[in-house]
Amino acid sequence: MRESFIPRLRQKFTSNANWYNNRAVWTVLALITIIAVNRIISPNFFQIKMVNDRLIGSPINILDGAAPILLLSIGMTLVIATEGVDLSVGAVMAISAAVGVVMINKHEAGATEFYYQPAFVILAALAAGALCGLWNGILVAFLDIQPIVATLILMTSGRGIAQMITDGQSPTFTNDTLAFIGRGVIFGLPFTIYLYVGMLILTIILVRRTAIGLLVESVGINDRASFYAGINAALVKVLVYVVSGVCAAIAGLVMAGEVKSADPHKNGEWAELDAILAVVIGGTALSGGRFSLVLSAVGALIIQSLLTGLYVSDLHPTANLVVKALVVLLVLLIQSTEFRYYVSRLFRTKTLARLIRSKA
Amino acid sequence: MKSRFFPLIVSFVVFALLYAFAYSRFSSFGSMRVVCNLLRNYAYLGIPAIGVTFVILSGGIDLSPGAVIAFTGVFCALMIERHDMHPLVAFTIILTIGTLFGAMIGVFVYYFKIPSFIATLSGMFLARGGAYVLTTDSISIRHPFYADVSKIVYVFPDGGRFTFAAGAFVAVVILGVFLAHYTRFGRNVYAMGGNETGAMLLGVPLGRTTISIYALSSFLATFAGIVLSLSKRSGDSTIANGAELDIITGVVIGGTLLTGGVGYVIGTFIGILVPGVIHTYLTLDGSLTPWWIKIIVGLLLFIFIVLQKLLSRQYTFFKPLRLPIRGKAKAEV
Repeated sequence: MRESFIPRLRQKFTSNANWYNNRAVWTVLALITIIAVNRIISPNFFQIKMVNDRLIGSPINILDGAAPILLLSIGMTLVIATEGVDLSVGAVMAISAAVGVVMINKHEAGATEFYYQPAFVILAALAAGALCGLWNGILVAFLDIQPIVATLILMTSGRGIAQMITDGQSPTFTNDTLAFIGRGVIFGLPFTIYLYVGMLILTIILVRRTAIGLLVESVGINDRASFYAGINAALVKVLVYVVSGVCAAIAGLVMAGEVKSADPHKNGEWAELDAILAVVIGGTALSGGRFSLVLSAVGALIIQSLLTGLYVSDLHPTANLVVKALVVLLVLLIQSTEFRYYVSRLFRTKTLARLIRSKA
Repeated sequence: MKSRFFPLIVSFVVFALLYAFAYSRFSSFGSMRVVCNLLRNYAYLGIPAIGVTFVILSGGIDLSPGAVIAFTGVFCALMIERHDMHPLVAFTIILTIGTLFGAMIGVFVYYFKIPSFIATLSGMFLARGGAYVLTTDSISIRHPFYADVSKIVYVFPDGGRFTFAAGAFVAVVILGVFLAHYTRFGRNVYAMGGNETGAMLLGVPLGRTTISIYALSSFLATFAGIVLSLSKRSGDSTIANGAELDIITGVVIGGTLLTGGVGYVIGTFIGILVPGVIHTYLTLDGSLTPWWIKIIVGLLLFIFIVLQKLLSRQYTFFKPLRLPIRGKAKAEV
């Protein structure tokens, strides 16, 4: 990391005593602002109706639509915390969905073998994701390949593998169990909400109530020092990539369930970029170290509420990407310590006086 | 032999082997026709790849070229067809815009310390979104200038057509090699990628160099957009989707390390053409299904990386994390 070029900046803008240096503040503020803007754009934004035992409304849509990114961001946070990055999650989504749908269609076609039962099919899809994660993890931890390159391999070939599994088609399916993952409803709320809240809580318990979280952060800050301190750094790295693979597999099934098909091209397209964006907006640095799963989830919600806001607004859909880019840049800039320093410097009387004097 | 050339040699050897294998199956690989087609078809990937090589050499990454290519194509088509602008004027404007766009990313990376991955990702959304905003139609360009440019071609005796796009690709590669190895800018880039703090202490102007690198990358992406526009004679906002992935794959196959400081521009030239040879082979073969291209390229990427690790004595097989020094001083987080 580059040495900071302004010493004063370091003191003032890295001290934890100042509220504006708390990374949670800016992320949550961004989410609140975006939701507030949504409310201004569409006055009935917060209206939630009960239709056919199902709650309907923009907030529910946000929570439901954010599911894939949210699930991905769980694994991605852990990977990024070890100073890695997983570019393959989108391809893994396509692979797991392809495995799930191809197998369930065998079941629908009347195959009676036990491994075509829906529960086993879901397990198989998750196992496919875990296997992909294991491959990434081994490349990164044991062959010492840079994470971007290591996961790039699966990113390029993954969609090819998914196409191979589906034989180049985008198979549809009718099985209710598999569809339930993407479009099921429990107590009026989409099943996806329970799914990722459960997954989030499970992961948080796993990393914060055991030493795993500490080990992940330690490996992320300095893997070599961690190794010498007796941490099995390679194992920690493999573990986070496997978790990321499983999360991607679940997200893939969610996507497949929503549209009742497994499209090897469209399933999880650009998902890896959105997931990384969510994690970065959530304040986990790409250089590894401390991480926050909850803030990554907030980051994912920011992206999704932005998208929902754009849908309900009168803006032409072609402008979606531009607005997204601008808002994301703005959020990133606000989070940048250096940017806040430059802005705050403009408002300081001394500087202002100097500026005025130089102008005169 | 110096070990730093090993990755490059591996790339050359594998490319030669691949080409020899293809030639043994299909003798048409020996003709200039295939060579010229390769250069022409991969110019739009190869030209920005040279720029991306500089970014990666400096320790960053650039995800925006594909989107910049699309924006350039749409902009040119719109200006020429709907606003009756002369192509050369439109090219000048878009090259300026593209360079400024890259410089802006450079400012974000250097002054606001946004990681280059994220900064260029936002840039990618911005450029692709900008293309959508301009138009989602596919506009064909009928300006006579485009027809004139397509007439600039050198025809080999066996019918291979060395077109403007191929020429531009080769010219950019030569200029890139010159820039990387014979100028102060090139040295600064290598120094920065090797060790940024060290480079700063040696007096490398980090800010200026960073901004120039991203501006150069974006400039070349814009130029590639123009070349593509000239050969396709149309502008389409969905063109070059995922090109950034192919570009980075090509750079890695060419032997450039993503940690920065190690690699050669000429390697990228080879790296971009490797998937091209595979693609041509599979097209000529015809019995293999298209998804095999992706799988084989992935496999090849894997083989390349492992070979480079082995040959550059950087491997740590089954001795996890007894890492060789990667060259970058690790600062506190």
